[in-house]
Amino acid sequence: MAFLETENLKKRFGGAEVLSGVSFSLERGDVLAVIGSSGNGKTTLLRCINFLETPDGGKISVNGETVFDAESGEKLEEKEIRKKRLHFGLVFQGFNLFPQYTALRNVALARKLLERERDPKGDKKRIKSETEKAARELLCRVGLGDKLESYPHELSGGQQQRVAIARALALKPDILCFDEPTSALDPELTAEVLRVIKSLAKSKMTMIVVTHEMDFAKEVATKVAFMDKGRIAEAGTPEEIFENPKNPRLREFIGGIAAYD
Amino acid sequence: MLKAVTLTLLDGFGVTLLIFFVTLALAIPLGLLVALGSMSKFKPISWLTKTFVWIMRGTPLMLQVIVIYYGPGLLFGRGWGPSYSMRIVAVIAAFVINYAAYFSEIYRGGIESVPKGQYEAGAVLGMTKRQIFFKVVLLQVVKRIVPPMSNEVITLVKDTALARVIAVQEIIMLAQEYISDGGLIWPLFYTGVFYLAFNGGLTLLFGYFEKKLDYFKV
Repeated sequence: MAFLETENLKKRFGGAEVLSGVSFSLERGDVLAVIGSSGNGKTTLLRCINFLETPDGGKISVNGETVFDAESGEKLEEKEIRKKRLHFGLVFQGFNLFPQYTALRNVALARKLLERERDPKGDKKRIKSETEKAARELLCRVGLGDKLESYPHELSGGQQQRVAIARALALKPDILCFDEPTSALDPELTAEVLRVIKSLAKSKMTMIVVTHEMDFAKEVATKVAFMDKGRIAEAGTPEEIFENPKNPRLREFIGGIAAYD
Repeated sequence: MLKAVTLTLLDGFGVTLLIFFVTLALAIPLGLLVALGSMSKFKPISWLTKTFVWIMRGTPLMLQVIVIYYGPGLLFGRGWGPSYSMRIVAVIAAFVINYAAYFSEIYRGGIESVPKGQYEAGAVLGMTKRQIFFKVVLLQVVKRIVPPMSNEVITLVKDTALARVIAVQEIIMLAQEYISDGGLIWPLFYTGVFYLAFNGGLTLLFGYFEKKLDYFKV
């Protein structure tokens, strides 16, 4: 059984079907790049996987454990959802850092709250110093060891996004998702964020990256999925998708980008 | 003469401050309750609180004071009783519900202006709704509402003068008595000094809060 499996995920908003049956599977250490033009359900797919939207149909399982099943019909308690969503991390297009906290506290906050909850009698000071130590290491890993005490508004977009990546990593997710992580950044800042994602790929982090950066997808992804009209129209290795596309819409999509280049 | 007038007016200003502080202490939390009510997804609650806010903001505070004070007696035959202190209680009651309505709109604006992404970021990090509200959203709301709240609070200081409509002896009422008793008008002008001094202090205080919250941007 694959590490992450989604089966036939469906989602409607009002009358519009945004996901019309999305199935894919990933092995541990896979990096899936999801490409396609805007409005074809890429972001909704990530939001469903991260429990920000509830799919109308389908199933999601991680490592053999079913984390979501629309068939079961039961409405999950907040507590259950929280436990299950910790399998996943999500990095947003707009960073969404907490403006009132330093980079260090942005990264440490959720971990600290979680540790305290798991160990209510534990020494608060110890939990704080441990989570902050881990946060410091993560920020060093994304190249921000010198920005620990900076507030988000004092950081560039690229730096903010790297803090956001460290913040997601602090919860030790099994699968880290990125929703167009560089779409709000200029090319130079894009490069520094992509470098971080690439280094995560090298360390065998399982990732799903919704992106418009085709070179990045070619270079870093182990799998590429092209989404069209709420479905995965074609999926395969980067070579298959970029060198030998079969789906006419995918050909058009890649051709469109090539023509512009 | 100046000393005697000052002492009398200080007495009156004591009543003014009493109304001010008690109203503030009660309307600030009550306003939050009203704000949560008006944002409720349960329609009857939000409809009810919105109607309440509409009435409170749509009618003069002076009228509300009169209705609160005379209404119970006229409607149910049981009023606030003859004691003078009950007049002050009635005034405070009217002020509290009026200001709770205004505060609730400021809170609502503040809460709704926090981007959805902040809630979502907290949620995907496994935080509870409670943790998201207290650890992520609240301080951002506070920062946003300090300027409109300072406006409203300073207005409250001056609105206390309406208490005299049911003969509560706040500072303006006492100053007016000098006119009716002996034709002395300057004590009325003099009351402005008390308001200005107090509101000056409040302005400095709110400026301090704003500065304190300057270390981050929302």
